[in-house]
Amino acid sequence: MAGAALLGGLMWRIGTVVALQDETATARTIKLEVPDWPGHVAGQHVDVRLTASDGYSAVRSYSIASAPNPERRVELTVDRLPGGEVSPYLTQEIAVGDHLELRGPIGGWFVWRTQQTEPIQLVAGGSGIVPLMAMIRSRASAGSTAPFRLLYSVREPAVVWYRNELQALSDFDRSVSITYAYTRVAPKDWPRPAGRIDVNLIANTTWPSTRVPTCYVCGPTSFVESAASLLSAAGNSPHKIRTERFGPTGDRK
Amino acid sequence: MSSHTDDYLDGNAAAGELSKIFAVDITTGEGQCAHCGATGRFAEAHLYMQSPGIVARCSACEHVLLRLVNVREQVFLDVRGMTYLSFDTSQQ
Repeated sequence: MAGAALLGGLMWRIGTVVALQDETATARTIKLEVPDWPGHVAGQHVDVRLTASDGYSAVRSYSIASAPNPERRVELTVDRLPGGEVSPYLTQEIAVGDHLELRGPIGGWFVWRTQQTEPIQLVAGGSGIVPLMAMIRSRASAGSTAPFRLLYSVREPAVVWYRNELQALSDFDRSVSITYAYTRVAPKDWPRPAGRIDVNLIANTTWPSTRVPTCYVCGPTSFVESAASLLSAAGNSPHKIRTERFGPTGDRK
Repeated sequence: MSSHTDDYLDGNAAAGELSKIFAVDITTGEGQCAHCGATGRFAEAHLYMQSPGIVARCSACEHVLLRLVNVREQVFLDVRGMTYLSFDTSQQ
C-alpha cells in the first residue's frame, strides 16, 4: 500500500450508489459500495468515467472523502460547476442504485497514514477540504492521537462542507482544532474580517514551524500557491509541505 | 503564448494515467531534471493536462520532464527530461 505501492492492473471497477447526501446548495456526497475495492489511504483520489450512449466518455478525478473502511465504501463529494460535463450529472441526476465506473485508488504522495504521529497542519481552500476530511476521518476511525490543525478557507458560511461533523470531531477530541477563514462574507461577530489567508492568520492559527508539522494543502492552484508560500515563509521546510492543486477548468474535485 | 505558467496541477494528478504503463506509482518516486539538475518527487512537478496528453514540468526551471500522449490505441511516452527516477521499494 505504502510508498511505491503496486498499481499493476489498475482497472475500472463498478460502484453502486448506496446513498446521497447534500452538503450545500451545489455540493453532494455520493456514497458508493465497490465490491472489489482493494482499500485506500486517506488523501488518495479516484478517476470517474461517464460514458454517453453514443460512446463518448469523460474522465474526472475526485478525491476520496471517506476514511479507509472494511465495508468497501467509497465516498466522493462533488461540487456542481456551471457548464461542467460531469459534475451536473453527479450532483443532480445520479440516483441510489445507479452504477458508476471508477479507477483507483490513485496516488501515494498526498496521503496521511495512521502510523504518522507528528503534528499535522491541514489547509483547505473550498472543495479542497475533501482529501483533508478523509485524513481527519481516518485519524478518528483509527483512534490516532496525532495532533491535527485545520485551516479551512471558504467564501462564506453557507458553503462550508461537513460543518457538523467537523464540529463534532473537534468537540469530542480537542486535538483536532479548526479555524475557518471566510474570504467574502464572515458571520456576524466573527473575530476576523472577510479576506484571504495572510501572514497573521498563518502565524496565529497554524503549528509553529518548531513543531515540525507535516502540512497538506489542497485547493485551487492560486490558493495552494499562496498558502504554500505563506507556510514556507513561516519557517516550514518545503519538504514538509505537500500540495494538491486543482484547476478551474476541469471538474476535478 | 507561454501558457505553461498559467495553470497547472501537481504531479500527483498524473498517477491514474501513468498507472496504465507502470507497475509502481511513479509519482512517489524522486527524479532529477535533466535541464537544471534539481531533484524532487514526481508528485511535486507542475502538471499540465489541458493538452491532448499530459506534460510534467520541473517545479524549479519549468523544463519538460515527461510527456505522455494517447493517440487512438497507442501511448507515446517521452521521459528524456529526467536523468533518473528512483523508488523506495521497501513498502511494496
